[in-house]
Amino acid sequence: MASLIGFYSLIFGLCLSFIIYFFSIKNFRNSLIFDSKIIFFVFLQLLFVTISFFGLIVSFINSDFSNETVFNHSHTTKPLFYKISGTWGNHEGSLLLWLLVLTLFIFIFLVNSKEQKKKYRILTLLFQQIIIIGFFIFVIKTSNPFNYIFPIPKEGLGLNPILQDPALAIHPPILYLGYVGSSIIFSSTLAATSLNYISNNWAKHIKIWVLLSWIFLTLGILLGSIWAYYELGWGGFWFWDPVENVSLMPWLALTALLHCILILERKLLFTSWVIILSISTFTLSMCGTFLVRSGILNSVHTFANDPQRGLFILIFLFCLIFLSLFIFFFFHKNEDKEKYNFFWLSKEMSILVNNWFMMYFLTVILIGTIYPIFLEVINSEKISVGPPFYNKLIIPFLVPFLFGMAIGPKLKWVKSDFKNKLYLVIFLITSFLLSALIVKNFNISFLINTILVTSAFYLFFITLRDFLIKRFNNFSQNISHFGFSLLILSILLNNIFSTEIITNLKVGETFELKKTKIIFEGIDEKNIKNYNVVIGKFIIENFNGDTEILKPELRIYNQPNIVTSEADIKTSLFEDKFITMNLVQNQNYFNVRYQIKPFMIWIWISVLIISFGGVLSIFRKRI
Amino acid sequence: MKNRIFISLIIIFFLITFLIFYKGLQNTNIYIPNVSTKKDIPYFEAKLFGVDRFVNSNEIFEKDKFYLVNIWASWCVPCREEHPFLMNLKDETKINIIGLNYKDNNENAKRFIKELNNPYNIILSDKDGIIAIEWGAYGVPETFLIYDKKIIKKFIGPLNLDSLSEIKKLIK
Repeated sequence: MASLIGFYSLIFGLCLSFIIYFFSIKNFRNSLIFDSKIIFFVFLQLLFVTISFFGLIVSFINSDFSNETVFNHSHTTKPLFYKISGTWGNHEGSLLLWLLVLTLFIFIFLVNSKEQKKKYRILTLLFQQIIIIGFFIFVIKTSNPFNYIFPIPKEGLGLNPILQDPALAIHPPILYLGYVGSSIIFSSTLAATSLNYISNNWAKHIKIWVLLSWIFLTLGILLGSIWAYYELGWGGFWFWDPVENVSLMPWLALTALLHCILILERKLLFTSWVIILSISTFTLSMCGTFLVRSGILNSVHTFANDPQRGLFILIFLFCLIFLSLFIFFFFHKNEDKEKYNFFWLSKEMSILVNNWFMMYFLTVILIGTIYPIFLEVINSEKISVGPPFYNKLIIPFLVPFLFGMAIGPKLKWVKSDFKNKLYLVIFLITSFLLSALIVKNFNISFLINTILVTSAFYLFFITLRDFLIKRFNNFSQNISHFGFSLLILSILLNNIFSTEIITNLKVGETFELKKTKIIFEGIDEKNIKNYNVVIGKFIIENFNGDTEILKPELRIYNQPNIVTSEADIKTSLFEDKFITMNLVQNQNYFNVRYQIKPFMIWIWISVLIISFGGVLSIFRKRI
Repeated sequence: MKNRIFISLIIIFFLITFLIFYKGLQNTNIYIPNVSTKKDIPYFEAKLFGVDRFVNSNEIFEKDKFYLVNIWASWCVPCREEHPFLMNLKDETKINIIGLNYKDNNENAKRFIKELNNPYNIILSDKDGIIAIEWGAYGVPETFLIYDKKIIKKFIGPLNLDSLSEIKKLIK
């Protein structure tokens, strides 16, 4: 029943798109004031999509296995929380969520843009409706979440256990808010370009959307990374996996866009940059959807795939790209060359440099992600691009980038000089000495590590100083940059100081090293609602006699039948102790992996600080 | 003029990208973990379906013979789909088909067999799903082709026309 209502609501929602088109075009041509009927129809469309989405949730809660999506992804023994999160833990449901956010955002946009020009509002709505219609057809035609199956199965196939995790239950919705938020930026930029409406006023108004999507995208990536750390049990938080990369690419474009918009708000500069970055942010998000959904890449995100779906997104994506290229080339007027009269040492220049760095990082990641596909098509050779590629290409450029990030915000508009900047040099020397001191004590290559740590410390100290001296002047920017320096610093220290022990242990055995002792105390078995669990008990003894008990788990899920290994992690301010165990087939010992990861928690905290800067920026404008 | 060349270059670039992605879609690869083929079959003991007697794997499998182990359940919809293929194998070849009834209710399973006919020479019951784990199964249905007490091929998901002809070719 719920499925039926859901399906028909979808159809009605699609029909409303056409009604909205009809009224909008009429309104666009004829009258001077915005027709409030249109807002009503947009609201109605949102309502229908919401009903449809709730229909799917209800089917999941009731374990209604006559619905194919529920049958494929749920099971009666699953806890309620995962039944609900299972709604968007699959291809069909997650697309419905896309649609929901798309319609929600355009509604909020229309309500909140009353002071903007009528033509601009309508045109934005029209562009957004193109995307909405595309997704409606995609959902209804190729991935209908309400397919009926008969005979009705008694039991479902269950949700993949590695997806049964709280971080992952909220990761998709948050990430989608970021992705779909960029669709509003996209439509609005196209509308503004074709009406020649790009101005300081427009920048001020679209900035909120840029900030919003940027915050959600940042948090979404953070959640995904936390999930990888806790659930996958490899002890890392970023693997340069294609799927992680496709979420990072829009983030880089969006970050560059955010900086450009800040300039555009004050001076009418970089309009081409703004347009191109807005377009690329959204197309990169779509491209990400294409890459992970079509099955062209392999990953946990590749749901049951069907080439027809991939083809649809591909065609749709390229239609949008060509549409935006057309609008960019035919409507965008080149800016006055005069305005670009700024000194090489100025705020404008530093933003431009920042843009080029972002573009460079983006290109590296784009090539690393897409090149294997190209190569396979052209000469059917399979390669995989891993961390060494990214490390070699990105890390050297990180050093000037960090220095630029420290100095850039200090510069004045148009022209700046080095007066009263002695402290910059003093800080440089201090951070160099400090990092040399740290790095020297460890057996790692001295030069590159010292330079890297120096640049990170430099940014750290400079932003810290700004906190103390300037206080609330440009507070949000300061917080985000501070968070970024903390992030780089924790990642570096984490990489330098991580240690790892891998060994095979039987129950009762002890593994001894100079500094630590791992005692395998025993195992315990338990039955939980939808899985059986084997809990190992390990005692870690430090050289100074401190002991800690860690209990990693092996979970045997009943539906589908999968064994997952749950790490046990003891987190403290300075380090994480991380242990996993795995059963070795036909042997009576376990493979035990023990890792010490310093400053792990600071990686999460610093990303939170970065996004907190964004949140502050939104509210400061409102007050 | 310069501008026009630039525009055409960009359009050509995107068209090429489109074509390559399009080609890439054709050889879609669903990731299947390295299937341990040519591996010895695991030893197990199981209850015969419907009878109160236990057998072990050494009694069932003989050397130099082909067997097909099919994991199925009455509640599994794709099993219904693949059933005709199993019947076809039974009728047209001499292969021994062994059914492993996975986490199922006896009554439902009997009804399933009655309704769709029985392709199996032996049916084993795996009420708690332990045997399927030992075989390294990912879910139902799943089919293993066995020769000389070794797994030579594994089919994940329902059998279809392709896998049917592959099996026929292999056992010839």
